[in-house]
Amino acid sequence: MVDLQYTVKDFKSENEVRWCPGCGDYAIMNAVQRTMAGMGIPHEKFAVISGIGCSSRFPYYMSTYGFHTIHGRASAVASGVKLANPGLNVWVITGDGDAMAIGGNHFIHLIRRNIDLNLILFNNRIYGLTKGQYSPTSDRGFKTKTSPFGTIEDPFVPGQLVIGARGNFFARTIDSNLKLSQSVFEGAAKHKGTSAIEVLQNCVIYNDGIHNAITDPAHRADRQLILEHGKPMLFGAENEKGIVFDKGKLKVEIIGENGVTIDDILVHDANESDPTLHMALINMKLPEQPVAFGIIRSVEALVYDAEMVAQIKQVQQTRKVTCVDDLLNSGNTWEVTGNEPVAPDCTKRKY
Amino acid sequence: MKDARVIELDEVVIRFSGDSGDGMQLTGTLFSNAAALFGNDISTFPDYPAEIRAPQGTVGGVSGFQVQFGRKQINTPGDFAHVLVAMNPAAVKANAKFINPGGTIIYDSDMFNEKNLAKANFATDDPFTECNLDDYFKIGVPISSLTKESLKDFGLDNKSVLRSKNMFALGLICWMFNRPMNYIEGYINAKFGKKPVVAEANIKVLHDGYNYGMIMQHMSPTYIVHPANIENGTYRNISGNIATAWGLLAAAEKSGLELFLGSYPITPATEILQALAERKDLGVKTFQAEDEIAGITSAIGAAFAGDLACTSTSGPGLALKSEAIGLAVMAELPLVVVNVQRGGPSTGLPTKTEQSDLLQALYGRNGESPVVVLAASTPSDCFWYAFMAAKIALERMVPVILLTDGFLGNGSEPWRIPKMAELPSITPRFAKDAATYKSYERKDETLARDWAIPGTAGFEHLIGGLEKNKMGSVSHDPDNHQINSELREQKVQRVVDLVPDLELCGDEDGDVLLVGWGGTYGHLISAVRDLRLEGRNVSLAHFNYIKPLPKNTAEVFGNFKKIIVCELNLGQFAGYLRDKFPQFSYHQLNKLKGLPFTVNEIKDSVYKLLEE
Repeated sequence: MVDLQYTVKDFKSENEVRWCPGCGDYAIMNAVQRTMAGMGIPHEKFAVISGIGCSSRFPYYMSTYGFHTIHGRASAVASGVKLANPGLNVWVITGDGDAMAIGGNHFIHLIRRNIDLNLILFNNRIYGLTKGQYSPTSDRGFKTKTSPFGTIEDPFVPGQLVIGARGNFFARTIDSNLKLSQSVFEGAAKHKGTSAIEVLQNCVIYNDGIHNAITDPAHRADRQLILEHGKPMLFGAENEKGIVFDKGKLKVEIIGENGVTIDDILVHDANESDPTLHMALINMKLPEQPVAFGIIRSVEALVYDAEMVAQIKQVQQTRKVTCVDDLLNSGNTWEVTGNEPVAPDCTKRKY
Repeated sequence: MKDARVIELDEVVIRFSGDSGDGMQLTGTLFSNAAALFGNDISTFPDYPAEIRAPQGTVGGVSGFQVQFGRKQINTPGDFAHVLVAMNPAAVKANAKFINPGGTIIYDSDMFNEKNLAKANFATDDPFTECNLDDYFKIGVPISSLTKESLKDFGLDNKSVLRSKNMFALGLICWMFNRPMNYIEGYINAKFGKKPVVAEANIKVLHDGYNYGMIMQHMSPTYIVHPANIENGTYRNISGNIATAWGLLAAAEKSGLELFLGSYPITPATEILQALAERKDLGVKTFQAEDEIAGITSAIGAAFAGDLACTSTSGPGLALKSEAIGLAVMAELPLVVVNVQRGGPSTGLPTKTEQSDLLQALYGRNGESPVVVLAASTPSDCFWYAFMAAKIALERMVPVILLTDGFLGNGSEPWRIPKMAELPSITPRFAKDAATYKSYERKDETLARDWAIPGTAGFEHLIGGLEKNKMGSVSHDPDNHQINSELREQKVQRVVDLVPDLELCGDEDGDVLLVGWGGTYGHLISAVRDLRLEGRNVSLAHFNYIKPLPKNTAEVFGNFKKIIVCELNLGQFAGYLRDKFPQFSYHQLNKLKGLPFTVNEIKDSVYKLLEE
């Protein structure tokens, strides 16, 4: 047996990478390439499909098969790719404008169908490629070129949409945390069905520092809860804080205070099919709560592409039509014989 | 007592008409199939309202099904009905102008009461005079009460009983035209196999209707229509939408590819999606998408990944797919887009036919975005043009739009079943040599690129909507864009070597050339046939290949004194021809009523032109 060893280099294309210096996209791509290299699958078995936006330039920099499609439609194109060619390992690269605004409909229906592909949503909460307009994930009151007096609308929380669309896999990571990104991408790759990953990504030009409150090294231990399946929900510099369930809500407690012990702290179960607690984790926000990262939800469910193959196989076992000639001659047919040869004229066309 | 009237005809048109809940589509379909099995050539046309159940008894809720059958070749469902079956007063009102002068009207006299006359907005209690139908032969039959009487011992509720009254009408018509009912009985038994009482009831009503005609023959004419002399072979009845779906299946089998259809339900194209969803036995992958855009973009994904990829829609859906068609043009992927045209713009007339999407198909996208455009011309040749659309797409790596319309899609006709072995080969342009593969290199005179399927080692490449060079890399080079824009157009033009020369129906020169395209063929050829029998010097040039046009088009046009372009829009094909062949002048016959041409209105326009 051949040991299929691949390196990150095997997944890089020759094209010059043209994101802005300091863009969070570089780190995300690095994590994706590391993940793919570790999967033991040759690069021709991967297809990377993107929409429109800065992040959607991603396929140009990959040595895999790639398709840079049109705005918002990457999920739908990728669905067709996977159904046509189920042996491919399909990745969708999209952004908060691409997936949450113009492609919102495709996004929720992809999640609902549970087609086996991985979707990475680069969330920088801004339209970067068009030079700085607010996006569907920008906070209320956010000032941009198209909201000079602040937006008057509330944002989407991508994880809420995933849960609302009955999603089975949702993870959250940060561009700057390569290790975390790689581990959630690996989890997504292993998961059968649609895996949605939100990456909090920094746009150095139009929205620099938008995630700073979460990522600031001075505070991040207190502001990030990195979830691991089967482990207690602990955070803080000394892991001294934990999440408890109190009166229907998630609440932060300090171990040793108010009689709280490690046994009171919730243990993360990503595999629980009831999404209630996963939704509560997705909803946690500063300043009262840390922001949840890692694989928040990973539940096994029926997968569309596998079901499609199975249904075809099942019908083929019970039906008599095996080729088009069978089909054309099925049902009501009748023979016309004994007529005089009909003189060719153009009143009935032939081929 | 009068003798039975016996009328011998070459062809007869019957229009079944009633409330949309009266089962007229089924009644018409069953009679048509029975006539076809008897050996007649037939052509059918369902004419139904957009509402599934419009208010009962109103003109807006009238559903009709017209069939023409005959002893000779039938090309249209007929302009005017020889026999109208009217299940209520609204049906008389809605169809008064579609009855042949001197024709017969069979109506359910039980339904012609004050209440129903009011619902149909009749001012008097004499609907026939109000509709100027005094000179028609009218036969009132108490269909509702006879049906009730017929089923009084079955223990069925009133609603179920009245649901069978269409079978009474059908039995009566079968007697009038002396068509055997065994096919219809077989259908009823198969359909109600699990409810034997219902099957038995329907068959009893059918026979009672037939026997009623026989007993009351003094009051109704009988017609004799002999079987047609048509080409020997195995036949089936087929509608345009089914033929389209099956043509795509045939192309998949011929090309050795799996068939993918991404689609979203829309009248009158939905049946294509349904017909292919039914064909899991042949491995078809149907994807009912969340919207029209996902319908086509999923298909584009499937085309990239190596399937014969198709999407089906109607006018408003084609509008939504525009941007994605542009992507398929730019990425140069094989894709078949079927547009079953309906009345527009906007929601328009969803259940009615029109040819007003021609310019949308040709030009309705941003940028220079050439695609191949084909149009089917009869219900059964939808099979052939769907097959050809796929062949061209796969062999030339280009999106192809196939235009059919509501008239073709819903209409049906007998079809001599071809054998797969008779159909031409389809050779997809698979990339063969990994070492030299460049994703947008054009190696031969077709100007088509080669198709490398994801998953195969050595051909890894990227495609997309941005302009690129032949390596497939993004290019903003001004000269490159000019060259590529011209190449994409030329690639479509070079499809002409797969396009047969335009064949004339009639002489190669003459006074008037009728020009048509797509679904108007049956009416145009019928008109030309009549005119030629009258000694007029006219011919028909009917187009199935719109872009590119057949090579000999100008040559054909040049041999006629006058050209008249007939189409169900305000002159879109005429305008296109003026652009392509400005050396000719074009008269126009245009109709926008949501209905097919009538043979008579075509003939009238030609008479006028001949007199000028």
